Amino acid sequence: MSINGRAYIAGIFEHPTRKADDKSLAQLHAEVAKGALEDAGLGKQDVDGYFCAGDAPGLGPLSMVDYLGLKVRHVDATDTGGSSYILHVGHAAEAIAAGKCRVALITLAGRPRAMGQATGTQPRNLGMATPDAAFEFPYGPTTANMYAMVAMRHMHEFGTTSEQLAWIKVAASHHAQWNPHAMLKEVVTVEEVVNSPMIADPLHRLDCCVISDGGGAIIVTHPDVAKSLKRPRVKIRGAGEALKHQMGGRIDLTYSGAAWSGPVAFAEAGVKPADIKYASIYDSFTITVLMQIEDLGFCEKGKGGRFVADGNLISGVGKLPFNTDGGGLCNNHPSNRGGLTKVLEAVRQLRGEAHPKVQVKSCDLAVAHGTGGQLGSRHGSATVILERE
Amino acid sequence: MMAIAQDRKIPAPEPNPETQAFWDAAARGQLLFKRCTACGELHYYPRAICPFCFSDKTEWTPASGKGKIYSYSVLRRGAPVPYAIAYVTLAEGVTMLTNIVDCDLDKIRIGQDVRLVFKPTDGGPPVAMFAPV
Repeated sequence: MSINGRAYIAGIFEHPTRKADDKSLAQLHAEVAKGALEDAGLGKQDVDGYFCAGDAPGLGPLSMVDYLGLKVRHVDATDTGGSSYILHVGHAAEAIAAGKCRVALITLAGRPRAMGQATGTQPRNLGMATPDAAFEFPYGPTTANMYAMVAMRHMHEFGTTSEQLAWIKVAASHHAQWNPHAMLKEVVTVEEVVNSPMIADPLHRLDCCVISDGGGAIIVTHPDVAKSLKRPRVKIRGAGEALKHQMGGRIDLTYSGAAWSGPVAFAEAGVKPADIKYASIYDSFTITVLMQIEDLGFCEKGKGGRFVADGNLISGVGKLPFNTDGGGLCNNHPSNRGGLTKVLEAVRQLRGEAHPKVQVKSCDLAVAHGTGGQLGSRHGSATVILERE
Repeated sequence: MMAIAQDRKIPAPEPNPETQAFWDAAARGQLLFKRCTACGELHYYPRAICPFCFSDKTEWTPASGKGKIYSYSVLRRGAPVPYAIAYVTLAEGVTMLTNIVDCDLDKIRIGQDVRLVFKPTDGGPPVAMFAPV
């Protein structure tokens, strides 16, 4: 069974907050759910499927369905880190195609900034029962250094430079200047990126995404529901998911799970990377973008550095406009999970509702791709292909 | 500029019934990995069931202690002292997460030959780290 054309994205909402001192985590989930339903023109009573991941408080859907006052006949709390919500779009389409629900709500929210979390440089211990914990936690793996090792190896194998990686941040900042909600609205230069403080060799501070509060929600519906609504219709054409890990000690940092999830999504959609007009690419770090662009097939493996340089990711300038909201590098990264917001900007582009300064002309086909967990050890990858109808 | 690796407080690993032999060996200064006698593959981190063929015929195998740096990164912000995380490929072929120690952190390079050293942890068995040869 293919999901191609079997479900639509009918509503989206991005929380405007970037620091939520005055709100609870559950409240943020409710506010984004309400916003996305209003965007779609649907009501709470229409929701019969609910999707959330590890950012949801309490016992995931049990706590949230209760708090939101939903009555659902399908739930899915698959957690693959920041890629979860892109994966949820695919799962929601599957559930709708199988008749398990008709209106699916996906929510994400977080307030790491209000909580003062040192997100990128603190080793995270998921508990000593985690099978890898005793063999990794003593060595101080953090988000920053585990992604940095991928960048270091890429530089070694392919001659990629810090200046090339910096272009990814530069492109994001060119887009963020038009987003009134973006945390970092100032346009930066390659020199500013490579001269910013070193966090984890070879990643500088400006190679890293922001730490922000906020959240977002997505409404995925049956085609009949989408066609009854007044909003521009965004069809789900294909989805792919993959988990890449250490493979028993045969570690290869030169590719990501996008090399597996991407081809599945493109095949289901029946399109090629060259057909894509806009790409939302998870940007926890500049290296994350570079790896995913190569692995999704936008350029040859190892040539990502040259591909992203000279403004090639800037809307109106380059061949592959990406993250026109400023992405995680400049706009927001709610709950340290950037997958959901990738879908939001792809939908805006397809609806023609991106900021006029960054709106891609005739944008009829887009990809949203995410990486969750650690690029350098084990991560989830999710790809969706979306089309304006 | 020199950036000599400094001692840092290393969290204690918690042995469990599946991994006790590994940590007992570490306390004797020996690094072990697993070899599957059914399919012949080596793996790390060690498991009771082979992640390649699912056989339960896995046996502990001592590492020579020689390796090469596959990748590394020095974390320079947010930690009490800078330290180098790394993947080291053992001479036997498996690659493991570790730290590079007893060296100038600014001189670490991919492909560098390293040798096994054990470092004490905060109340647990010592852990395997590597120093440039």
